[in-house]
This record gives sequence, structure tokens and C-alpha cells, in this order.
Amino acid sequence: MNAIALAVGAFIGTILRYEMEKWIEPLPNGLPEGTLVINWIGCLFLGWFFTIILFRFTVPLSVRTGVGTGFTGAFTTFSTFSVETINLIKKHQYSLALSYVLLSVLCGVLLAVAGYYIAKYQFNKVNRERNAS
Amino acid sequence: MIILIGAGGIAGAYCRYYFGKWVFSKRVTLFPLATFIINISGSFLLGLLYSLHIQGDIPDWCWLMLGTGFCGAYTTFSTFGYETIQLLEKKKIGFAFAYIVLSVIFGLLFAWLGMDLG
Repeated sequence: MNAIALAVGAFIGTILRYEMEKWIEPLPNGLPEGTLVINWIGCLFLGWFFTIILFRFTVPLSVRTGVGTGFTGAFTTFSTFSVETINLIKKHQYSLALSYVLLSVLCGVLLAVAGYYIAKYQFNKVNRERNAS
Repeated sequence: MIILIGAGGIAGAYCRYYFGKWVFSKRVTLFPLATFIINISGSFLLGLLYSLHIQGDIPDWCWLMLGTGFCGAYTTFSTFGYETIQLLEKKKIGFAFAYIVLSVIFGLLFAWLGMDLG
């Protein structure tokens, strides 16, 4: 069941990334906006998802694997980020390459933290409502 | 084409999943070694494929299946972000910082190597 969930999630995540990369053009200055947005969404979502299933919902392992490891893992990517950065460096766009790295990494981690806190807030809110009633 | 890209993605995610399991079974470390190795090796492979693709040495379907599909799904950014915040939560600030910096430096270095080899 785990293996099937992983395959289904990975298939959907990969195709969604492929379609979004086609749909979101790089910015006029050459910043690879598609990969950036994809990785941002994925970081926010995974931070939220892995936290909410710890506190709020108990889901089967296959759902955790399919959605987290399969879908989100295949949707976001590190290799494209690396190659795009090297391409910017090879074009001597050093400040743009640095911006791309910092925007990817720092905002990615911040969004993962945001996802984590959103999930915690939802969990605490439910608990407060429970205690109030 | 969608089927090819998706198949490559499934294969990539399987490799990531099972490699992660294997590393985890060896010993539990503070450093997220599995994702680290995956992201670096995947950057190298995509760099290689990218060069071959740009030079027209491999057909388009090959680039889409192995590059967009396999390498794209094999490497991951979301787990990298999540593992970083897990380290921060455990107050392992130094490890979190090292994980980020080393992932980026080696990822870029190996992507460059792959591109130059291709």
C-alpha cells in the first residue's frame, strides 16, 4: 500500500511541477521564478502537513508517504535549483545567482517554519475550543 | 510524454524513499545524510543530462524522463526545508546552518562538475 501511494503521489507531483515550470516563465532579469515558487509552496505545505498529522489528525502511514514523500518530495526539486544557479553564474549574473540561492533557501526554511506554526495554531485552537465547551 | 515524465518521477521517488530507509537503518544520525547525498548526486546527474540535452546528444524524451522526471523527483527541496526546521526545533542551530550551507555548496559544485563532463 505504501509503495502504491508513493508512486501515485510522485506521479502527480512530478507532472504538476512539469506543467508549472512551463506555465511560470522566468522573470525578465532571468530569475527562475517557476522553480522558486514550486519550492516555496512545497516547503510551506510539508512544514504544515508533517506537523498537522503529528498533532491533529492521525493518518495511515501510506497517506504520509504518498502525500509527503511522494507528492511533495517529487513536486519540489533541488537538482533544477542547482543547475539553474550554475547557469546564472556561467552567464556572470553573480548577484542574481546569489539572490536566487538566498531566496530559495532562506524563504524556503521560513515558509517551512510558517507551515509548522500554522499547524500548531490550528491544533491549539481546537484544544481551546474543546476546553471552553 | 506525460507518462514518460511521470514514470521517471516514480522511479526517482522510489530511489529517494528506499535510499532514505537504508541510510536510516544504518544508524540514526543528527545530520540528514540521506537527503544530503540524494540532492548532491541528483544535482550532478541533472547537470550531466542538461549539458547533453543542450548539445543535442540525447533525444528530448530522454531529457524529460531522466532530467525533469527522475532527477526532479529524486532530489527534493521540501524535505530539505523540513529537516532544517527539525534541527532548529532540537536547538541544533549549528547542524541546521551546516546542513544548509553544505547542501548548497556541494549541490552547486556537483551540478557544475556534471555540466562540464556532459
